[in-house]
Amino acid sequence: MEKINNFITNIAEQFDETPPNLFTPETKFKDLDEWSSLIALSLIAMIDLEYNVKIRAEDIRKSTTINDLYEIVKAKMQ
Amino acid sequence: MNNPFTLQGKVILVTGASSGIGRAVAIECSRMGAKVIITARNSSRLEETFSQLEGKGHSLFTADISKPDVIENMIPNLPSLDGITHCAGIIKNIPFVYASPENIEEVMKINFYAPAEITRMSIKAKKLKRDSSVVFISSVSGVFCSAIASSVYSASKGAINGLLKGMALDLAPKGIRVNSINPGVVETHIFDADVISREQLEEDKKRYPLKRFGKPEEIAYAAVYLLSDASAWITGTNLLIDGGYTLL
Repeated sequence: MEKINNFITNIAEQFDETPPNLFTPETKFKDLDEWSSLIALSLIAMIDLEYNVKIRAEDIRKSTTINDLYEIVKAKMQ
Repeated sequence: MNNPFTLQGKVILVTGASSGIGRAVAIECSRMGAKVIITARNSSRLEETFSQLEGKGHSLFTADISKPDVIENMIPNLPSLDGITHCAGIIKNIPFVYASPENIEEVMKINFYAPAEITRMSIKAKKLKRDSSVVFISSVSGVFCSAIASSVYSASKGAINGLLKGMALDLAPKGIRVNSINPGVVETHIFDADVISREQLEEDKKRYPLKRFGKPEEIAYAAVYLLSDASAWITGTNLLIDGGYTLL
């Protein structure tokens, strides 16, 4: 799988107001002010489109940081 | 005793009968005396529905109605019908910015093209009797309201509601009535593999004035009504069943 940087860029693109430079592997993405159920669904759709991996609401629920989500996607790609 | 709601002697085709609303419609129609023909993709779950039907003379077809050739092969094998209830459907929660033509096509195939084509082919093959009734299971979504990431699903259900109004006019000379039932969220397995979390669903439930989602049989009773002679003067309508959801 590609490096986490690209993954972070793809995550950041789902947010309209949060500046992209705020996103790091340690970012607790669900704690961001802009976080919403629409962004959660956008992440699921983006991961399906970009990585051909189907994650579920449960995977978002159990992820705290972007790195947590990255690891889930990476594991499902193998 | 005369019962205007009876389906005694009627033959009803029910699609999507392997689970949820479709299963409930098949079962309730059989309880009201209809002979039902049930169809769905999953044969083991379809047989489970079949085993729950009351009375005799029912039949089942395992068929993937997203494929036009499957529909084409199925229609000649159908008996004369007094009604069709289109229950097969899929939900796709996808934000509009990801709603590619492929995603739209996937939903439209099952939710729109299939029920339209099954009805059209049935009429062409003269399988739908005079005074028969066609019922689409539509939704509140796309007709009365929508929800986040529901644009594609809403489009498919809105399309059904446009279709049925025109159909009702075109088929009135044949005595065929065409209506839809537009339910709010009904407790079915349609959410099991989905991207909406349980927490979100619990939150959504609180927004219903009657404080719960619908039960499949509560939709089935409306289908029985629209299939029966009790609704003989109803065509081209949307029957809203939503626990008060769209009032707010």
